[in-house]
Amino acid sequence: MIDSLAAAELPEVLPAAGTASLAWLLLALPAFGALVLFVAGRRADRWGHLLGVLTVVAAFVVGLLIFLETTGLDAGQRTRELSLYRWIDVGGLNVDFGLRIDPLSLTFVLLITGVGALIHIYSVGYMSHDPGRRRFFAQLNLFVAAMLVLVLGNNFVMLYLGWEGVGLASYLLIGFYQDRPSAATAAKKAFLMNRVGDVGLALAIFLIWLNLGTLQYSQVFANIGKVGPGTIVAITVLLLLGACGKSGQFPLQAWLPDAMEGPTPVSALIHAATMVTAGVYLIARTHPIYDLTETGRLIVAIIGAITLMIGAIIGCAYDDIKKVLAYSTVSQIGYMILAVGLGPVGYALGIAHLLAHGFFKAGLFLGAGSVMHAMDDNVDMRRYGGLARHMPITFVTFGLGYLALIGFPFLSGYFTKDAIIEAAFARPGWEGWVFGLAATVAAGLTAFYMTRLMFMTFFGEKRWEHLETRDGGHYHPHESPASMTVPMIVLAVGSVFAGFLLTQGHVLANWLTPSLGELQEAPSSTLAPAAVTTLVLVSAALGVLIAYLAVGRRPTPVERPAHVSFPVQAARRDLYANAINEAVIATPGTWLSRFLVYLDNRGVDGLVNGTAALLGGSSGRLRRLQTGFVRSYALTMLGGAVLVVAALLAVRFVA
Amino acid sequence: MSPSNYLLLSALLFTIGAVGVLVRRNAIVVFMCIELMLNAVNLSLVTFARIHGALDGQVMAFFVMVVAAAEVVVGLAIIMSIFRTRRTASVDDANLLKY
Repeated sequence: MIDSLAAAELPEVLPAAGTASLAWLLLALPAFGALVLFVAGRRADRWGHLLGVLTVVAAFVVGLLIFLETTGLDAGQRTRELSLYRWIDVGGLNVDFGLRIDPLSLTFVLLITGVGALIHIYSVGYMSHDPGRRRFFAQLNLFVAAMLVLVLGNNFVMLYLGWEGVGLASYLLIGFYQDRPSAATAAKKAFLMNRVGDVGLALAIFLIWLNLGTLQYSQVFANIGKVGPGTIVAITVLLLLGACGKSGQFPLQAWLPDAMEGPTPVSALIHAATMVTAGVYLIARTHPIYDLTETGRLIVAIIGAITLMIGAIIGCAYDDIKKVLAYSTVSQIGYMILAVGLGPVGYALGIAHLLAHGFFKAGLFLGAGSVMHAMDDNVDMRRYGGLARHMPITFVTFGLGYLALIGFPFLSGYFTKDAIIEAAFARPGWEGWVFGLAATVAAGLTAFYMTRLMFMTFFGEKRWEHLETRDGGHYHPHESPASMTVPMIVLAVGSVFAGFLLTQGHVLANWLTPSLGELQEAPSSTLAPAAVTTLVLVSAALGVLIAYLAVGRRPTPVERPAHVSFPVQAARRDLYANAINEAVIATPGTWLSRFLVYLDNRGVDGLVNGTAALLGGSSGRLRRLQTGFVRSYALTMLGGAVLVVAALLAVRFVA
Repeated sequence: MSPSNYLLLSALLFTIGAVGVLVRRNAIVVFMCIELMLNAVNLSLVTFARIHGALDGQVMAFFVMVVAAAEVVVGLAIIMSIFRTRRTASVDDANLLKY
């Protein structure tokens, strides 16, 4: 029953033809750019950034052409595969290097190459004074190539390849400022915490292979109904662990804020718009597996709800503009995870919020980068203030992103986030109330921390006028060059209209139907949709009001107040996430390692060295028998002969 | 005459030879004691051949004599050359090859 049901929903997979057969260019272009820039070295310093921009823009054009061609096809023909070559052929394991070109992957291709191209253009201006600009573009191109492998692969091995590839690019780019110990530590932390999640993903892939003997999406999804329910839950939980690592979800959220050590365009592209949403992609892509297990989806939704609260609470306490945005990202991805955890009513809503978030959060990060550019790379909002007049374009674009994020009526966030909250309220029983109220409260907190950020940065007293820059001069805030402001404007326009265009008449949901199944209407809930919308708007308005009363109306101290109430203290310390990791994982791990080192030194080495010393010592003593006196040897021989004779006689006469 | 007397004589000669090898220092004397032991063995071989009425023991005695003759040649040559280089024939002085 389940088997036939799952199989019936799956679209027919056709071989790629026409423009779609050019899909390999999507991967090849940025990979080529990365290769050239890495290999050419300093010779490419002068034109490297232009090549980096060009490859991504070209990939975007290819993606757009394929997208336009695909929209012209019937819904049943939109899922196509392009097999490039046989990649792994070992015994029963046959993996093609194949691309799956379907609405879901094309959506991500457009997001990655589109936002990616804008951020590449922005980076030309942002990194213009940095001697490592070519290396930066090489790594950024590498990231785009790996991310496209991740979303375009038609099997789990390619997904894993891309997954690790973006992890590598993320590691390189977080640690881009190699001379800063904090950046190196943050890169290491991100890499290690991602490994935890990757182990989950790898185990999930092993389980799928063990049970089905294939790793290609179409075959796995067609046969997944034959797997036992316990295994299905195990697979979904392990996949979720992978998603948690990559997307900074509870309990692996602590690396994402530290990742802000990287250059700001990296934060915008990798740690806000694309890579960190890979977890949402993973769950949406494997939705035929999640469809089979209510338990698995419930766990996903719970993780999403916990994370969106954690992110929103901590975001209220930070003074570092990028870390506030980072925790906002954690929180917003929590919304997406919650949405995909709701099942067929939520998959498309999660992707819609992902796209809208890709626009406005990338825009917000680029705005933050612009502010930092103007303020001598200072990230402490307590040193900002009154910047609206000095940076009008940044202010307006940032403000639009801000309104979109807090869900101001008829901007992106209003459509995408409200839909998720409505779907959450529609869950039966306690789940609806818990998820719905958590999402609503977090919406209010989002409004609070973002309003606080706006007030501290763009309004109020110009606190920087009395402060000195790192090299002793005065701050001269100025608007950024056009290469930076143009992408910000484009993204701001996107954050205003994307939500409406995507959700109006379920455009996106219908487009994604071949990949994610029909969008189901949420069952009638305890609260009417209008009531939910009102509740969310009231919550957000309260957040804005409280922020105005607490921050906007009062002067902001330049130095951070040391004595604050317990909740603020806890939020400043990331709700003790790092302390808990330290106490539960790191410290026992250190002790275990020390114990093992001791065991190795004393136990294993002791055994080996002890045996050697025993043999050496006894040999040294035995050596003394070799005296050099022939007569003593003769005595030994005689003694031996007598012994032999005695033994012979004994055997003969006694036995 | 009982053959066991020959065996007793053989044992006596062998013992004298063995004790001589162990207690004397002069290489020539040690060498002679070794000859004494070999000949004691020869005597017992011949006696046993006689007792069993077989020729095996006598043939064996011839082999021992041949080996002993060869050994004397080589051994005396070694003793001579040691004496020439070290001006001594004491076996205890030639003790360089040790631990």
